[in-house]
Order: sequence, then structure tokens, then C-alpha cells
Amino acid sequence: MDRILVLLHTDADGVLSKTALEVLSAANALGGEFVVGLCGRDVQAAADSIAGCGASRLLAVSGDTFGESRYATDAAAAEALCRAAGAGLILAPASVRWARALPGVAHRLAGVIDTHVTSISMEDGAPRVGRWYYRQRIEAALTRTKRPWIVVLESGCAPAWQGEAGRVVLESVEVANAATRTRVLGVHSPKANEQTIRPDAALLFVAGAGWTKKQADGQPHVDVAGELILGFLRNSAASLGSSKSLVDLSGEGQAVLPFLTHMNQVGQTGSTPRHPKGLATCCHGEEPHVVGWRFINDRRAVNLDANCGWARGKADVVYVADAFAVMARVNEILKTRSAAT
Amino acid sequence: MPQFQIVVCGSIVPDPLQTLEPVTGPAGPSLKNELMLPAVLDPWAGHALYEAANLARNHPGSKVYLVSAAPKAKLQQVMMTVGQKAPFELVAIDASASGFTEAADVAALLAGAIAAIPGLDRSRLLVFGGWESASRGAGVTMQMVGERLGIAEQFLAVDQLTVGEDGTLEVLERIEGGSHQISSCQGAPAVFGWATGNLPEPRNNPQVGMQNMRAIMPALQKAKPASTGVPSFVSVSLPKQQRETRVVKDLTPDEVAREIVAWIGEN
Ligand SMILES: Cc1cc2nc3c(=O)[nH]c(=O)nc-3n(C[C@H](O)[C@H](O)[C@H](O)COP(=O)(O)OP(=O)(O)OC[C@H]3O[C@@H](n4cnc5c(N)ncnc54)[C@H](O)[C@@H]3O)c2cc1C
Repeated sequence: MDRILVLLHTDADGVLSKTALEVLSAANALGGEFVVGLCGRDVQAAADSIAGCGASRLLAVSGDTFGESRYATDAAAAEALCRAAGAGLILAPASVRWARALPGVAHRLAGVIDTHVTSISMEDGAPRVGRWYYRQRIEAALTRTKRPWIVVLESGCAPAWQGEAGRVVLESVEVANAATRTRVLGVHSPKANEQTIRPDAALLFVAGAGWTKKQADGQPHVDVAGELILGFLRNSAASLGSSKSLVDLSGEGQAVLPFLTHMNQVGQTGSTPRHPKGLATCCHGEEPHVVGWRFINDRRAVNLDANCGWARGKADVVYVADAFAVMARVNEILKTRSAAT
Repeated sequence: MPQFQIVVCGSIVPDPLQTLEPVTGPAGPSLKNELMLPAVLDPWAGHALYEAANLARNHPGSKVYLVSAAPKAKLQQVMMTVGQKAPFELVAIDASASGFTEAADVAALLAGAIAAIPGLDRSRLLVFGGWESASRGAGVTMQMVGERLGIAEQFLAVDQLTVGEDGTLEVLERIEGGSHQISSCQGAPAVFGWATGNLPEPRNNPQVGMQNMRAIMPALQKAKPASTGVPSFVSVSLPKQQRETRVVKDLTPDEVAREIVAWIGEN
């Protein structure tokens, strides 16, 4: 049985993410001894919050330098924690910081790494992981004999760890060389009312290019489309996804839905978001788009075309209807409801 | 004004409109009829290439290389179109482009090929690539290439790179929740795993194509065969695709809206 290191970092506000807590549960479920390594500006509060997690040791790299998301310092911190823990199996949550830094750490440790892992279990006494290839089109299970083995887990692999907080004593780990020529200047976020990507939303709402196409009266109604979509996001707190065709139109400078960027794009060359439900509107449901729905369980679509891709086994329910009319009514109903409560 | 040597790492992937089917042989998994499937330049690596060409155009004296590990016959086909999009010098390695290969082995090949570029000046080196491939989709190769070249200034999921007069690199990287982190790096060398960037795919330019091709053909002929390992796969399969779709045709918009609202509210 490998010694396990659960490698975590705190968020900007000093707490552990939900995915981090899920990785703690995943480590617990594998059985055996595990060590927690924490990286962040000040990690004591985060460590205290997981006092009851069952780790045999808690190692920490902390300081202002390590509060920032940056390759050179994150890789140096992670490398130091891995060496101090001497673990064969290293579990880490999929976050921007670890996704950027840990592949280089695997190289420094002469180990191996698997990212975007969606499941991990013990089979015949050895860890086995599941992940997808070819943009969520082929599913594979694999194992490795080389160590250390870094496994970066996606959210949803295990329930988030819950348990007793307390006061823990951290073992501080020195970082040999965290020199960097990079300064983090800040974060550029869309204005709060333009924040359309909401990873924790219960619903993914996908807008397709149909919203910009000529409608029954022979005219496009892009302004109306924009209002309906933003109105729905406001009323439902859904996260906004898009097809490639629609974001490409926006990128070409056409006067189309200005709140859409490539970051909204779902699919083969876009994202693969995780939400319990998804509603596609004015989107044809072609394969390069739908591969991005791999982790959306419950799927519905509104399309004028009864033969669209969604109707061919890609969605659970397809409403053959005009999305303009349907979404206008949905918004009215949601608005009346929220006014009533 | 700073001048750069921009090395773009990019391979080929099956056209996304193709149906893929995995098969397992003695050397591990592969795609059925892999060498017959039409291929395209890996999309995010493509964005990296177009950004590189744009950067080079705006910084006269800069040069773009494309380092590609792929079966050379397929690579040649893809170069027929890609070669028309931007001026670059190809460095080819005749190796598998499969997603099932070990990323660390691919990184070793790429880093070796980059280090061997004649006249490489590391103080002007920018290593570009896609942040993830459309085959393995791991997002790990660029970092390993960077480590092998001794470059610890690395950026992933880059959407924008702005170069200052003094060579300072201002970088926008995608972070959680649709935001970007802004960082400033004191010049080359650095590694960039590109997301979509800001540029549309350039139109084919036959003149650029002719110029590129003169060097692409010899580069392909020179390509050395190289092998890569595979992890221990236990199973490789297609997901159960089909859902039992309920197609609802005869409801009014109001009825559809009510059903959708009720569904959204369910736990
Ligand atoms: C290399 C490559 C990578 C790709 N990657 C991606 C990717 O990552 N993501 C992606 O999305 N696509 C991707 N594609 C493109 C993909 O193949 C499709 O072209 C794209 O998804 C189509 O977008 P769409 O469904 O929004 O538009 P369309 O195909 O134009 O469909 C519009 C739909 O709107 C419907 N419609 C119109 N008006 C209404 C109305 N009033 N009410 C209801 N329905 C209406 C129409 O019936 C139609 O079904 C990729 C393609 C390639 C070649």
C-alpha cells in the first residue's frame, strides 16, 4: 500500500475548496495512512478546519509568496511538500494552480501524473484511476507501477469531507528555491452583472447560434435574444454556456450577444462543465458540442427542429418549440414567483 | 523592440467530426483505422501558432518554429493547409500522435528537438503550445517541456500576451469562474500553454504556403523516428451514448415553459 499525500492549497480567502474536501474523502476511502500537505499564504485556519480528517501528519508551506497562483512558486512548494511526505501516491484537486504546477512537479520527482481523473479506487491492492481521452469521447481505466504517481482529481469524485474542526500543529516545510521573474498583478473579472459563468450553479443554460438566426418573420432578433438569455440567467442563477458557432460570431465583431466570450464555449474545443442539469436552446446538439456535456446528467433541449442532434439520443427531453416564445414565458413565470416570495 | 524565437509545440488529432472507436493491441490502445482518419492541427496548438505568427509579425526579427511529433505521412497532409496560414519553420519528429501515449515521453522528444534547433537563443525563447491536446487532453506536456529546458516561468490557459517595449510579458490566464489572472513576467524565456486567444483562424495564403513548403518537405524527410511508451491501461471503451429521448411536439410555449420551470425546481 502506498503512502498517500493529499496535496491542497487554500483559496485567496484562506479556505479549502469543495474539490479539496472531496479529495480528502477520496483519500480516506482508499484506506491506509495519509498525510496532508497544505500550501497558501496562511494555512493554519484551513488546517484547523480539517483537524478531524484522519491525516497522520499535516505539512505546510506558507507565506505571502505562496498565497499567489504562479507556476514557479507553486511548483517549488508542491515539490517540497511531496519530498517531505515521501509519498508514493499524491492526490490533488483539479484547480487552476495545481493544473498549472503539478505536471512540472511530476517531472522534478521523476514520477508520473494523470490529470482530469474522474474516479479512483483500489483494485487488487493497487490504485486504479478513470479518465477520458479524445475530449470525453473515450473512457479509460488505468494503473501505474511508477512512483511517485500524482493523481489530479476532478470535482465530483467523492463527497466533500465533513467533520470536526480543532486546533492542529502544522509541520512547516522549507522551500529550497522559489525564485521567480513573474509578478501576479491581479484578477480581471467580468462585472458582477456580466458574470455569466457560475461553476457551482445547479443548471447549465446553453445558447446556440439559432438565437441569432432569422426567425419566422424573416428577421433576426438578436436584441430580444440577449434580453431573454440575460433575463433567464438573472431569474434562475444558471451558468451560461454556448455553442462554438455562437461565440465565433461574437468574436468576429458582429453585433451579437456581447456578453459571450470563448470561455462560455462548451464542447470539443471548449469546456466540459459540471452541473446536475443542462438546458440547451437554439443549439443543434452536434457531436463536437455535446461531448462537452459529458458530466451533465439531466439534459433537456428546446429546438424548432424535431430532428436535431438532441432528439437523437443526446438529451432526455426535447421540446420542439420556439425558444423565443418558451423562454419569454419561463422568465415571466420565474419573475412572478420570485416577486411572490 | 524585443525579438523572439517562438517555438510552437503542436501535433495533429483526428478531425472532431469523425467517429472514433478504440481498439487494443499488444502495444496498448489506439484508434480503429487511426492512420486513415482525416486529421487536423490540434485546435489549441493551432491558436498558439496563430498567436505566435502575430507576435512575430509585430516584432520584426522574430522567428516562429513549429515542433511536431506525429506520423510523418499524416503530418504532411495537415501541413498542406496549415502551411498556408502562417510563416514558420517545421521541426518534425516521426512519432505516434495518439492520445494514449505517455505525455512525459512526448515532452522529452519535443524538448530534445527544441534544444537541437540551430542557433537557439534561450534568452529570446518563448515556448508556445496548446494548454491541452484534443487527444490526451491532459494539459501536462508543455510544463514538462519547460522543465526539461530549465524554464520555470510558465503560464497555462493563456488568452492574451502583451509585450512591452522592454520585453516585459503581460499575460492573461484563464482562472475559475470565467475570470482571468493578470501576471507580468520579466521577459523571455517563458512557456505558454494557450487557450483560445483572441485571433481568428488566418485565411489560407498560397504565397505563404509555397514559401513554407520549400522547408517543410525537407523537414519531413529529415524527421527521425522515435517511440513513446503507454501507461498500463486496464480498459478503454466508448461510453454508453444513447439516451431514450422523449420528443415533445404538441405543447404550447406556455405548457413547455411550465414543464421547464417545474423541472428546474426539482432536486
Ligand atoms: C474542430 C472543430 C471543433 C469544434 N468544437 C466545438 C465546440 O467545442 N463546441 C461547439 O459547440 N461546437 C464545436 N464545433 C462545431 C459544431 O460542429 C457545430 O457546428 C456547432 O456546435 C453548431 O452550433 P449551433 O448548434 O449553435 O448552431 P447551428 O448548427 O446553426 O444550430 C442552430 C439551431 O438553432 C435552432 N433554432 C433556430 N431558431 C430557433 C428557435 N427560435 N427556437 C428553437 N430553436 C431554434 C435550429 O433548429 C438549429 O438546430 C466544432 C467543430 C469543429 C470542426
